[in-house]
Amino acid sequence: MLKLIDVNTYYGKIQALKGIDIEVGEGEIICLIGANGAGKTTTLMSISGIVPPRRGEIFFTGRPIHEMEPDAIVAMGISQVPEGRRIFPFLTVAENLDMGAFLRNDKSEIKTDLEYIFDLFPVLAERRHQAGGTLSGGEQQMLAISRALMARPRLLLLDEPSLGLAPMMVRRIFDTIEKINTENKTTIFLVEQNANLALKIANRGYVMENGRITITDSAASLLANEDVKKAYLGI
Amino acid sequence: MITFAEIKRSVLVSLWFMFLTFPIMVVRVNPIEEVIEWRWRNLIIIGVGSFAISFVWRYMMERKEAGLKRKEAGGEKPPLVKRIMDRPRLSRSIVGLVVAFVCVFPFLFSTYQVTIMSTALIYVMLGLGLNIVIGLAGLLDLGYVAFYAVGAYSYALLNFHFGVGFWIALPLGGLLGALFGILLGFPVLRLRGDYLAIVTLGFGEIIRLILENWNDFSFGPSGIAGISRPGFFGIDMSLNTATTYVYFVLIGLVILTVFFVNRLQNSRIGRAWIALREDEIACQAMGIDKTRTKLTAFALGATWAGMAGVVFAAKTTFINPASFTFLESAIILSIVVLGGMGSIPGVILGALVLILLPEYLRAFSDYRMILFGGILVLMMVFRPQGLISGVRRVYQFKGNGEKAPNGGSGS
Repeated sequence: MLKLIDVNTYYGKIQALKGIDIEVGEGEIICLIGANGAGKTTTLMSISGIVPPRRGEIFFTGRPIHEMEPDAIVAMGISQVPEGRRIFPFLTVAENLDMGAFLRNDKSEIKTDLEYIFDLFPVLAERRHQAGGTLSGGEQQMLAISRALMARPRLLLLDEPSLGLAPMMVRRIFDTIEKINTENKTTIFLVEQNANLALKIANRGYVMENGRITITDSAASLLANEDVKKAYLGI
Repeated sequence: MITFAEIKRSVLVSLWFMFLTFPIMVVRVNPIEEVIEWRWRNLIIIGVGSFAISFVWRYMMERKEAGLKRKEAGGEKPPLVKRIMDRPRLSRSIVGLVVAFVCVFPFLFSTYQVTIMSTALIYVMLGLGLNIVIGLAGLLDLGYVAFYAVGAYSYALLNFHFGVGFWIALPLGGLLGALFGILLGFPVLRLRGDYLAIVTLGFGEIIRLILENWNDFSFGPSGIAGISRPGFFGIDMSLNTATTYVYFVLIGLVILTVFFVNRLQNSRIGRAWIALREDEIACQAMGIDKTRTKLTAFALGATWAGMAGVVFAAKTTFINPASFTFLESAIILSIVVLGGMGSIPGVILGALVLILLPEYLRAFSDYRMILFGGILVLMMVFRPQGLISGVRRVYQFKGNGEKAPNGGSGS
């Protein structure tokens, strides 16, 4: 479904991605783990077109997207939940969700999706008229995921959804991610520091170091891999 | 109660002020008799005055702090406008009074009053237009006056060369304003914050300098005179009637502007502007086209400036580049900031205060700019959110009502 071939991305003169190849199949949950500064977020930004790659190709459902504008990429069905949530603090929960559906004009469908989201996260329904900035961290993460879902993505990119959340909340968020994957057949590409949890829900995983993919394997064997255990699982 | 420490501080303040103002308030060189006059009386006035004012100042600051604490404790009263709006009978009668006053205004007061009110109304339009760019989209545009100039010159030149009438020029001026907004906006909108402000400032000056120096096109600093006033089915009007007519045209335009800006504010594009102001990356991840959304804000803001320019040219019947200096941009910006960013009633009030106040302060002619500056400083200290801060209407989804608690904001 998504294919990155030899992607090189730079911030000015600094090369953040040094020839990355990733493949995500339809309906999969793929997990990308790595230390700080490895280039995980940059990978997502390159896919979304916010920081377009300088060299290399990205294909989505067979079409090249590496030269497209971010809005065109979203229109194709790739939504990102950016790192650190990045909800709009002065817009209400409902308005935040409406921003997620920015490119859509099918009012009745939007309403259906909204109801689905309020089912998924009832707390958001309760707080729909509250400003986004007044939500707790966990609620904000729910809102960020919901906002991305409002675009009806076929591929959902999640950037560290566990960042700064209590363990209980992290568990809930991951359960929901799994639920979204099974219920809607939404393909999920997950970037995580919390490798243990992420690998448990993922089908396959990639390990990233200094802008390169170093290991790629099924999630189960990554969990068993000695190097990964030592470096990312803290065992 | 007044403590010793407070008195000590006030004494220090007054000493400092006496020292600061000493060269201008006390020493005066008389070049004719070649003597130096020492005006010690001024020194005493300043000393006593600043001593007293420092007490008032401290009292006001304490009140403000107390207000902030109340706000933190959650005992904050909703803003005045909202309280009025929540009471339909009161708000309706206020609106009725304002409408009645607006209607009879030109018949009660002199032509001078009507003229300055018309000027203020032009600034209401400009303020509301800039409010789109700054208040909603958060783009600091210091060259807004350029679009005002574009509107004014487009009418003046079209009228001069082709005899185009006011009513045809009005939409044309708006369109040209929008066009220039897009032309100028396109290269600069990749910039943010201070950089955007500097570049727009530059563009504003470029437009003015072109108008000043391109004699063949714009008649340079001598400007264009004899621009026709707005017509009304070809009826000849005396100066008085024409002034009244312009006033009512402006009232109509202001109502139109308020209507549009209000609709914009509560539309999806309006929310996208607010979202873009808050977080660009998140907006991009949502599929909001950054450039196009910003350009829309720029162009829409410029449209109103263009139309205001056309009215300005028609009202004064004479324009030259001196009317479009950076000071104008600064005044329009102050209207938006002083009135309250993103708040329509605030911007209207801000324009009226900022344009009418200097007129009525003419009685204090020598000191009016000092008073004006002082008022601005006090405003920013005590009401940084503006005279009437923006109350955003909350957007509600109609469906799915049974799941949400009624009456909105529950927490």
